[in-house]
Amino acid sequence: MTDTLTPGFADPVADAQACFRAVLDALAHPGRIRPVPPVEAPAPLCPAAAAVVLTLVDHETPLWVDPAAAAASGWITFHTGAATGEQARAAFAFALTLPDLALLPAGSDEAPDNSATVIVQVQSLERGARFELSGPGLRESAPLAVEGLPTDFADRWAANHALFPRGVDLLLCTGNQVAALPRSVTVRNA
Amino acid sequence: MKGYNFAYLDEQTKRMIRRCVLKAVAIPGHQVPFGSREMPLPYGWGTGGIQVTASILGSDDVLKVIDQGADDTTNAVSIRRFFARTAGVRTTTATAEATVIQTRHRIPEKQLREDQIIVYQVPQPEPMFRLEPSRVETRRMHALADYGLMHVKLYEDIARFGQISISYDYPVMVNQRYLMSPSPIPAFDNPKMDRMPALQLFGAGREKRIYAIPPWTQVKSLDFDDHPFRAINAPHPCGLCGATDSYLDEVVTDDHGGRLFVCSDTDHCAERRAAGYVGTDGMKEAAE
Repeated sequence: MTDTLTPGFADPVADAQACFRAVLDALAHPGRIRPVPPVEAPAPLCPAAAAVVLTLVDHETPLWVDPAAAAASGWITFHTGAATGEQARAAFAFALTLPDLALLPAGSDEAPDNSATVIVQVQSLERGARFELSGPGLRESAPLAVEGLPTDFADRWAANHALFPRGVDLLLCTGNQVAALPRSVTVRNA
Repeated sequence: MKGYNFAYLDEQTKRMIRRCVLKAVAIPGHQVPFGSREMPLPYGWGTGGIQVTASILGSDDVLKVIDQGADDTTNAVSIRRFFARTAGVRTTTATAEATVIQTRHRIPEKQLREDQIIVYQVPQPEPMFRLEPSRVETRRMHALADYGLMHVKLYEDIARFGQISISYDYPVMVNQRYLMSPSPIPAFDNPKMDRMPALQLFGAGREKRIYAIPPWTQVKSLDFDDHPFRAINAPHPCGLCGATDSYLDEVVTDDHGGRLFVCSDTDHCAERRAAGYVGTDGMKEAAE
């Protein structure tokens, strides 16, 4: 590993906007897979996770980084200015494997928006375990396939969904693709 | 435009607003506080809507702005020009062409599509503010989903007037959880919000709140089984295009009691007239 950090977005304004709209579209239509603008991501981040971090995280949002992804911490803090810290106070969490969602802030009944957004890097959004999603954003139930989530994911998500309107939101990233699960969505094994 | 960032707002502000928009989409109907900025126009002129639009807008978007349904009123013209100058985006008056529609107090008559986003300008995001002035109390009511106060208000309306006397900003229940102000749109437009294919975003600049309704989400106007919600409209066809299913504005034409009822949605009316539909007053106009 060299000491040289790779750059962020080629066009910070336009790329952040395009990435935000991809995330917004993914979150408004759970299960929809959207491409994001390219970023030269530092290992072990995939380009999509790097783009989402650049788009949403800054010095106002405490970030928790999975120790397994610590190699990318320098890149993230340089480009975003985010303070990395403990899980229990994170506004954003980045992880290579799904963390225990119960350890992350879920907000309060009065301010359910004071909760964490979890960015998880997965192996694939085309292969793997199949889920069926239903809830706001979906006209009828929608399929989602993910490789890289724990086998008991549907149960873990049900525990998070049961907290609604509290709870965390999940952004799934692989390659240059992003999909999202807002807390409002119900996930069933298909 | 030189000297400004794309779409006026700085990137830090956009990031903050974008995070709030994402939270709002994840919690349909919940009001998310945000750091509303001072804009180059006063509060009350759509600063909340403008900040939301500025944060989502990209260079390939096509923007439509309406004010009470009209594309050609001061507020609509100046906001459209603002984004044409600061973001260089293409603007339109045609509902079908737009990817982002910012609106003050109307929903277009034409059904919106899944690839469109509608941004509402909201003066007062709290649906219960006339009943309970304390924000601390209303926050707690939302937390507990305790909306008895609003039901009592509707009941008292029925007891006093025989009907629910709210003609605009008619409170709705979003996704069976949050009571929400639909912004001061006529109650006539409320049914359009229910399971709308487009994403609906709401920005209140002075009150510093953002909220949202994801596509296809249930939006129910509050009512009672024996007093179901009814959309009210003037019992006339549009004088210019003859439409009987659009929301009408009443225009006073002289001081002898002359009245003209016309579509509030100017684009809808113009499109119909271009397609050959003519109302009774439209015929008179042509004859003169």
